[in-house]
Amino acid sequence: MGLADYGFYVLCAATVVLLATQAVIHPIQFAQVSIFGLTQGSIYALVALGYTMVYGIIELINFAHGDVFTLGAYIGATILGFFAISEGATTAINLIALLLVFPVVMLIMGGINVAIERVAYRPLRNAPRLAPLITAIGMSFFLEGIMFLWRGPATVHFPDILPQSSTTVAGIFFGIKDAFVVVTAAILVALLAVFINRTKLGKAMRATAQDRDAAQLMGIDINRTIAATFFIGALLAGAGGMIWGLYYNTVYYQLGFRSGLIAFTAAVFGGIGNIPGAAVGGLIIGLIAAYSDSYIGSKWTQVVVFGILIGVLVFRPTGLLGMRVPEK
Amino acid sequence: MIRALYARLRLRERIRDRDAAVFGILLIVALVFPIVDIYIRGGTSDVSQATRAGYFVLLAIGLNVVVGFAGLLDLGYAAFFAIGAYTYALLASPQLASSPAHHAVHISFWILIFASMFVAAAFGAILGFPTLRLRGDYLAIVTLGFGEIVPQLFYNFDQWTGGINAVGLIDQPHLAFWLQGPWSGDGPLQIVRNFNFNGDPIAFYVLICILIAVAVVLVSNLYRSRLGRAWMAIREDEVAAAAMGINTVTTKLLAFGIGASFSGFAGAYYAADQSLVSPDNFLFIVSITVLVMVVLGGMGSITGVIIGALVLYFVVFYLIPGLPENAVNLANSVGLGSLTKKSGDWPGLAEEIGRLNFIIYGLILVAMMLLRPQGILPSRVREQELKHAAVQEEETVVEQA
Amino acid sequence: MSQQSAPVDNILELTDLTKRFGGLVAVDNVSLHIKRGEVFALIGPNGAGKTTLFNNVTGLFQPTSGRVVFDGRDITGSKPHQVARWGIARTFQNIRLFDYMSCLDNVRVGRHVRMQAKLWDSLFKLPKERKEEERVTEEAMELLRFVGIAKQANQYARNLPYGQQRRLEIARALATDPKLLLLDEPAAGFTPQEKVELMALVKRILARGITVFLIEHDMKVVMGISERIVVLDHGEKIAEGPPDEVRKDARVIEAYLGKSA
Repeated sequence: MGLADYGFYVLCAATVVLLATQAVIHPIQFAQVSIFGLTQGSIYALVALGYTMVYGIIELINFAHGDVFTLGAYIGATILGFFAISEGATTAINLIALLLVFPVVMLIMGGINVAIERVAYRPLRNAPRLAPLITAIGMSFFLEGIMFLWRGPATVHFPDILPQSSTTVAGIFFGIKDAFVVVTAAILVALLAVFINRTKLGKAMRATAQDRDAAQLMGIDINRTIAATFFIGALLAGAGGMIWGLYYNTVYYQLGFRSGLIAFTAAVFGGIGNIPGAAVGGLIIGLIAAYSDSYIGSKWTQVVVFGILIGVLVFRPTGLLGMRVPEK
Repeated sequence: MIRALYARLRLRERIRDRDAAVFGILLIVALVFPIVDIYIRGGTSDVSQATRAGYFVLLAIGLNVVVGFAGLLDLGYAAFFAIGAYTYALLASPQLASSPAHHAVHISFWILIFASMFVAAAFGAILGFPTLRLRGDYLAIVTLGFGEIVPQLFYNFDQWTGGINAVGLIDQPHLAFWLQGPWSGDGPLQIVRNFNFNGDPIAFYVLICILIAVAVVLVSNLYRSRLGRAWMAIREDEVAAAAMGINTVTTKLLAFGIGASFSGFAGAYYAADQSLVSPDNFLFIVSITVLVMVVLGGMGSITGVIIGALVLYFVVFYLIPGLPENAVNLANSVGLGSLTKKSGDWPGLAEEIGRLNFIIYGLILVAMMLLRPQGILPSRVREQELKHAAVQEEETVVEQA
Repeated sequence: MSQQSAPVDNILELTDLTKRFGGLVAVDNVSLHIKRGEVFALIGPNGAGKTTLFNNVTGLFQPTSGRVVFDGRDITGSKPHQVARWGIARTFQNIRLFDYMSCLDNVRVGRHVRMQAKLWDSLFKLPKERKEEERVTEEAMELLRFVGIAKQANQYARNLPYGQQRRLEIARALATDPKLLLLDEPAAGFTPQEKVELMALVKRILARGITVFLIEHDMKVVMGISERIVVLDHGEKIAEGPPDEVRKDARVIEAYLGKSA
């Protein structure tokens, strides 16, 4: 084991020890923060999966991915506005609206992402590395610009239609909303796992990610496979956006920029290209961000997350569970 | 024989022409502009705007070295701008008196502007050293993160930097003597002793023009040198460059450091001109604005990025803010006055147009990459120059045969 | 263009060189030596590990075990740019030129290691730097003439026809003033005429005192210019010697044609 690996483990151990002391001294607060961290982390996990899958298959950081996430929330908020929902209450209409709109938003975002890939990234697949990167940034700005034009710079309200009931167990506040976030995210990740491992398309995605030329020789349609990757990544991001909106009830056009950076850090932390890694990374980074907010101060959280990003990239680029990127 | 010679001379003149022509035009415009402004427009606000455009030109020239020459995508360029600005601001203002140091420092502008350059370059080296060996994508996102946390840190350490209250009352540059005359509307030609810039727009304008000219010369020199070719080789194919003996890590560090020093230098200038710095001036949007300028103008082309910077500055900071008014007037005159009022979700034409910046940047970046990645003024001068040199080579070969 | 002054007779010595990628052994305990001034060929069926061997010598890969000694110096595991400075130059199997730079510039980049200009000199275009630039341009033109593409000096490298691109790559490698030149399949895709020209070019390179180490599939070329040959199969050395011997070696024939039933 190299020095860098030692350092990584030492740092992890030190963090765990510090957190453990907090857990012992102020268990209730610790539990509360942890719950918050897990819910945030679940959403980051969903977004991180999109980053990691796209990077794993075409080695491109899709800067616009965070904005796909936000746009999902914007679209969801708008569509929900057409239903006769009652905010802050638990009604049948709320439930029906939720069940209808949620998958619809996911599909819309999937479609949008496929269009983006087709228009902005595919033509540049063989261009020098700089070109698709710049296009991705341009796309990010374009999407943010659309949201800015659509709903302005101020925060946008997302209808509060989740069941409100909550309970307090041993002093820890826990609501249906929290459960909703974690459970929904877990279901989606599980579905993804099944898809990747059991379906033909999933296998094609894994093969293309490993060795594009070989996959092509095996008769896999590369364009379709890459498009599918973008589609699925956006399904998850759209879901993440909906979940964020339903939980926090407020979004703004730059949300994707901020969250995107954190989610990408999570993907790298877990091991870029590694799907379980992105899920685990999301949860861990979500927890770390929550602990940082509470114990260090939210004005330092960005610095902490960025520090993790640089640290991982420089000292342990394979991340926690190992990276999965195309060979060659 | 004579005809060949004549043809050669004619061709030679024409080669230098395009780059030189562009610079010549820019120089003349730069000289005439303030005079026109004062006498025809009766004020110096446009000159101040031109100076602000000047910072962006300087920034674009610097980022061009990083992105255009060496092919390193830096998304946090504004961070070095901030570092340069704050270095000057803290060491040439009353700010440090209210900090734990309890003692204000006032170092001369002319020293600090170089100090800021070195400080920024140092941070560039510190950031670059562990990260420049990463892949392009990763480097981009690392610089993005850096660009995010630097303003954040300036906010956080408010004991030293005044945080959200900004650093104000920044010292002005001071010269032993200065030339004033009818061109600045200050009466007859005279030499002024102990000239303090004191926010004088003409003085700042003249200085930035000189700085830009110097920058252009220096960067052009680098372009046609061993280092410049090494950068381009790395940009084209890093593995092959290394195989040819180029130490890619140190070469990239040089590009990054030089880019950072340009930014820091411009930052110090900015602080002196604005007399106020706050973390809000150095957010991501600034980094991206400079990047869009470089992409628009043509990565790697010095004249290109200058034009790109000027064009984009004009559109984004002059045309568009002014557009709402013009658009409102236009709408009213055409009978679409109802568009200008706020109603429900539609914020009115004025507000709507003011929001276009993001979309414009996005469209420019995507469109340029897809349609014209070489920029509006690509560095084809080199190509022309070389083409004509090849004609000469052939002629000498033929003559020798 | 290069002087031989070192007393060492073998310019390159590989001792038990092994390269593993996870479970795959790409180069398996290969030992060989190349004499100063000779043309040495490395042949073998596809996937035998020839380019991997090159990459281990030039520092692109770190050997898993074994030693690489160049001109008396242990260069095992050194970085590519260091290896170039010490005097090993190479071309690539898939041609890696600087596409959007002129041919002249491509070769001038090759001169990088033998130039002295520092940042300060370049920044202010000091006379020393100007003179060096002139000298380097002259030297680069000379190399372009040497490989026969002087007319293309100002074309973008990507615009050159395939054969000329290969020659440009050789010119660029020669610009580094190497003692040892590694050519990775220099005749790939060549017409018979071009192959003849290539062999003549290799002879001219030898005349400049440069040792040549080449990977090549075309047997005519290999037999035509090599003095000694090493045969690799599945990463292992299976034969070594002058062309006539190797050509008749049973193991070599088997490796290329496959085991007979």
